[in-house]
Amino acid sequence: MSETTTTAAAGTASGLPADKELLLKADNLEAGYVPGVNILDGCSIEVGKGELVGIIGPNGAGKSTLLKALFGLVNITSGTVTLDGQDITGMKANSLVARGVGFVPQTNNVFPSLTVEENMRMGVYLRPRTFDQRFEFIVDLFPTLGERRSQRAGAMSGGERQMVAMARALMMNPSVLLLDEPSAGLSPVRQDEAFLRTRMINKAGVSVIMVEQNARRCLQICDRGYVLDQGKDAYTGTGQELQSDPKVISLYLGTLAEDVEKEN
Amino acid sequence: MDIIAQLFAGLSLGSVLLLAALGLSLTFGQMGVINMAHGEFMMAGAYTAFVVQGVVGDAGVSLLLALPLGFVVGGLLGLLLEATLIHRMYRRPLDTLLVTWGVALVLQQVARDVFGAPNVDVRAPAWLSGAVEIGGLALPRTRLFILALAAVCVVALALALRATPLGRRIRAVVQNRDLAEASGISSRATDRVTFFIGSGLAGIAGVALTLLGSIGPTLGTNYIVDAFLVVVAGGIGQIKGTVIAATALGLMQAFLEYSTTASVAKVLVFVAIVAFLQLRPQGLVSVRTRSLA
Ligand SMILES: Nc1ncnc2c1ncn2[C@@H]1O[C@H](COP(=O)(O)OP(=O)(O)OP(=O)(O)O)[C@@H](O)[C@H]1O
Ligand SMILES: [Mg+2]
Repeated sequence: MSETTTTAAAGTASGLPADKELLLKADNLEAGYVPGVNILDGCSIEVGKGELVGIIGPNGAGKSTLLKALFGLVNITSGTVTLDGQDITGMKANSLVARGVGFVPQTNNVFPSLTVEENMRMGVYLRPRTFDQRFEFIVDLFPTLGERRSQRAGAMSGGERQMVAMARALMMNPSVLLLDEPSAGLSPVRQDEAFLRTRMINKAGVSVIMVEQNARRCLQICDRGYVLDQGKDAYTGTGQELQSDPKVISLYLGTLAEDVEKEN
Repeated sequence: MDIIAQLFAGLSLGSVLLLAALGLSLTFGQMGVINMAHGEFMMAGAYTAFVVQGVVGDAGVSLLLALPLGFVVGGLLGLLLEATLIHRMYRRPLDTLLVTWGVALVLQQVARDVFGAPNVDVRAPAWLSGAVEIGGLALPRTRLFILALAAVCVVALALALRATPLGRRIRAVVQNRDLAEASGISSRATDRVTFFIGSGLAGIAGVALTLLGSIGPTLGTNYIVDAFLVVVAGGIGQIKGTVIAATALGLMQAFLEYSTTASVAKVLVFVAIVAFLQLRPQGLVSVRTRSLA
């Protein structure tokens, strides 16, 4: 827990710690799938260079929608997104990829009919020449993928597929990675692996925004977190602060045991 | 010998169906767009052959010129339709059906205004006149040419989808739009190219049809339903299925026609398809993907 000292020192309850340089910022986003229905309703987040930021919240809060809006897959009706000081609001996803944004969807996040290697080649579709060098980096990070190079992604286990999905997004050497529920559908052991992997990616210098169902574990590994509720950022703080915030606990972290106790 | 003759008639009919349906297997089968104007793109291809022949004169040269030109004309019409109307309705199949049907009627009227209502003829080149005699059986050269053309189109399309960067792009977008975007592929641009190719194949089909008889503004309406049936029966999104279905339907039609009449055969084929789809709603060939929970 070495980073707690730095973040705790910055200690402000809202937004980026003073010692971090801003990388990605969403300001008052409103976005949705059909005209007139805002799923995001004034949502703001900030991510600093090198940060691992977690986003938690109940089902349907708009967590996936937030990532998709940042990544240009959902129409933004109001508000702005900036990346490295440049306005990227409304830019198409495929052009954000070239600007260093990586995205791993919550579901269907590999090409199942393609092999591991072919999935990685899709990852560098825009820069095919960099394949060898990037694949080397990936195999250093995830040796399994080197061994499974020619296995079809669709024939892999959930955990392995999640690894393929992350690796594909890393092939373009993104400055920020948007991860939607990397632990979803995995057994507890595999979940731990997914979280460790996420942390490893972050330690390798990639800023990460991670959406998670598994709020406790997410807050344990991330530098800062946001609690999303009904399309708004309801709370924010360091992972530690949120984990011990009574309101957050009662709303989102309340364990089953506590609930049962209350009922009795 | 009769059986062989029917077999050839069936294969020949199948190759015509296949040419009509191949483009649809992309735009409808892969992209899920119900384009009722696909038949009119065939009609446009046929009139392209007519116009080219008017300009060039020589039937052989004009046919060889008309094939690529028909592809471009059909493709451009498709591109225009996609960019102006269809892309606004990607998740609304019923709207797409109605709008493209309207476009089909407009295109027919345009053809009537430009070329007149009566049918016109395109001369077949000398090297396609007559028949090849094999064991007492006369196989018309035009029919053989269309069989070969269908085979070339299928192989070219399959290779293009399998082995070219463009094909990889198209397959990626068809399989998973968001993931394709996340890989840096523009799904909008890819939609346009896919629609161009699918519509262009309709143009080629139209050029081929000029070899079989005179052509008119309603040429496409004779084929559109059959073409959709072929794609549905073959299994959405599968070229292999489209090829098998077109061949099977051609053969079935030819043999039934021999023992009954053309219209009875058509009804029987239709009933057979409906019955088949009851048993196997996903069509002949279906894509099996492991779902990602
Ligand atoms: N493609 C879509 N079209 C229309 N509405 C959608 C679509 N995807 C999500 N929604 C709606 O948007 C709202 C927020 O969904 P979103 O997927 O962002 O939630 P989430 O916080 O990621 O939930 P979960 O924890 O279940 O993944 C939900 O009410 C959902 O029904
Ligand atoms: Mg979600």
